[in-house]
Amino acid sequence: METNLCVAGFGGQGVMTLGKFLADATCNATDKNVTFFPSYGAEQRGGTANCFVVISDEMIGAPLGDVMDDLIVMNGPSLKKFLPTLKKGGNLFINSSIVEDEITRDDITVIKAPVTGMALEMGNAKVLNVIMLGVYVGYTEVVPPAVVWETIEHKLGSKPKLLPLNKEAFEKGLEIGRAARA
Amino acid sequence: MARVLMKGCEAIAEAAVRAGCRFFAGYPITPQNEIPEYFARRLPEVGGTFVQGESEVASVNMVYGAASAGTRSMTSSSSPGIALKSEGISYAAAARIPMVYANISRGGPGVGAIQPAQQDYFQATKASGNGGFEMLVLAPATVQEAVDLTYAAFDYADRDRNPVLILADGVIGTMMEPVELPEMKSDEEIAAIRASKAKWACTGHKLDYANRAWIQPGQWNTKIMQEENEKAAAMYASWEKDIMVEEYMVEDAEVVIAAYGISARIGKSVVDICRREGKKVGLIRPITVHPFPYAAFDHINYDVCKGVLDVEMSIPAQFVQDVKVGVKGRCPIETCLCSGGNIMSREAVLEAVNAILAK
Repeated sequence: METNLCVAGFGGQGVMTLGKFLADATCNATDKNVTFFPSYGAEQRGGTANCFVVISDEMIGAPLGDVMDDLIVMNGPSLKKFLPTLKKGGNLFINSSIVEDEITRDDITVIKAPVTGMALEMGNAKVLNVIMLGVYVGYTEVVPPAVVWETIEHKLGSKPKLLPLNKEAFEKGLEIGRAARA
Repeated sequence: MARVLMKGCEAIAEAAVRAGCRFFAGYPITPQNEIPEYFARRLPEVGGTFVQGESEVASVNMVYGAASAGTRSMTSSSSPGIALKSEGISYAAAARIPMVYANISRGGPGVGAIQPAQQDYFQATKASGNGGFEMLVLAPATVQEAVDLTYAAFDYADRDRNPVLILADGVIGTMMEPVELPEMKSDEEIAAIRASKAKWACTGHKLDYANRAWIQPGQWNTKIMQEENEKAAAMYASWEKDIMVEEYMVEDAEVVIAAYGISARIGKSVVDICRREGKKVGLIRPITVHPFPYAAFDHINYDVCKGVLDVEMSIPAQFVQDVKVGVKGRCPIETCLCSGGNIMSREAVLEAVNAILAK
């Protein structure tokens, strides 16, 4: 079993951090193989940022696949760029606060979460990626949610003040993910 | 040993520190900036020294100097930066000074593209500088292998008193993957390594003129120069025993993928996909790309093999020239290539394999 995930959005939306949290959790608490590969380039402010996470029970060949099982898009340009790479029957996770485009495919599952709006309501726009990570893990359970939270907790260890906010963000995301799955 | 998630560049730097590297000098270039960045933070913690030189040429010569004093030393860069360092590498090879350097290669020629590529193959394996010197060139395909080969590289360099090159690419350098790190060498072990070089290195002892390295701009006695060349050639010839190669499902293969580094890793996953479908596909992956494991190609069953597929991120193909020497005309060789910063696609390799199988 191999899961290819692409996470894409604007620079500054925490796309890389989302991918790294997931990869780190997989490394720390499972026997699975995992790779994290960031796109890098002459990136422009406000341009697209994206990363690839592969989680597998077997050896991982390509750290970025040609075809994605799951796709998380945080903004409109990313949807346009990466939707064609999502496989038939794949899962599309959308930041519905700012992605207003019609989804042109009917052969995929779409999970909408207004993560930018939710983060602003919570008083910190930066936690949108943690909400989305919750949505993704709640829906796919590719790794156990508790393990992902432990990783976030560990990574934020030097900033304990941020923990309650991130915990709330992660749990709100989990709820949305689990509800979409049910 | 617990596994930790590490970026390729950082894992290479940590492996070097654990192997006893206590001096690093470099100059920034994408996609290897995390190597100097990591050393800058880490070396002071272990009593080592990090210098960001004013240029590639300056930094490689600082490493040449530090290594001449017996300290395990390293530099790194990416393709065009490695080209600039070639002068210092050639000098170290001439003076028989052990040093380790890593090329996290990117698109070329010239300044090229900052994304991953394998376009420095000839430079790395045939002529990393003037004068016809040779080096062990190690090509990791995973972050774990980058760690293990970097750790071993310092031993090879000291054993031979010669530079060793880690030839990786932007994918291996920038991806994160779980790794198990090797043991940290103790201060005592590191001191013993340095003491073992007293015979030739500038360690402040009474000079042993018969054995010391000649660290000077040139050798004006042509007879001595030729003798040095002969000694070096004998050492290069002894590397046959150091050849490392991964042979994967080669015996009955109708198609054998030949690739190194990241392309080989992608190729290996294609082998697995094909085998699940009952297609007989195998892989030969040189881990030392110099010296090259030509003999591995004798293990192909040419009665059933329809072709060897050279997979590399270089246009025109370079690695294929060594594959040709190994195959010796016993079956056709096809290529599957990309270049300039584009990463090899698994689908493209699958398609190329199927095209040969259909023949």
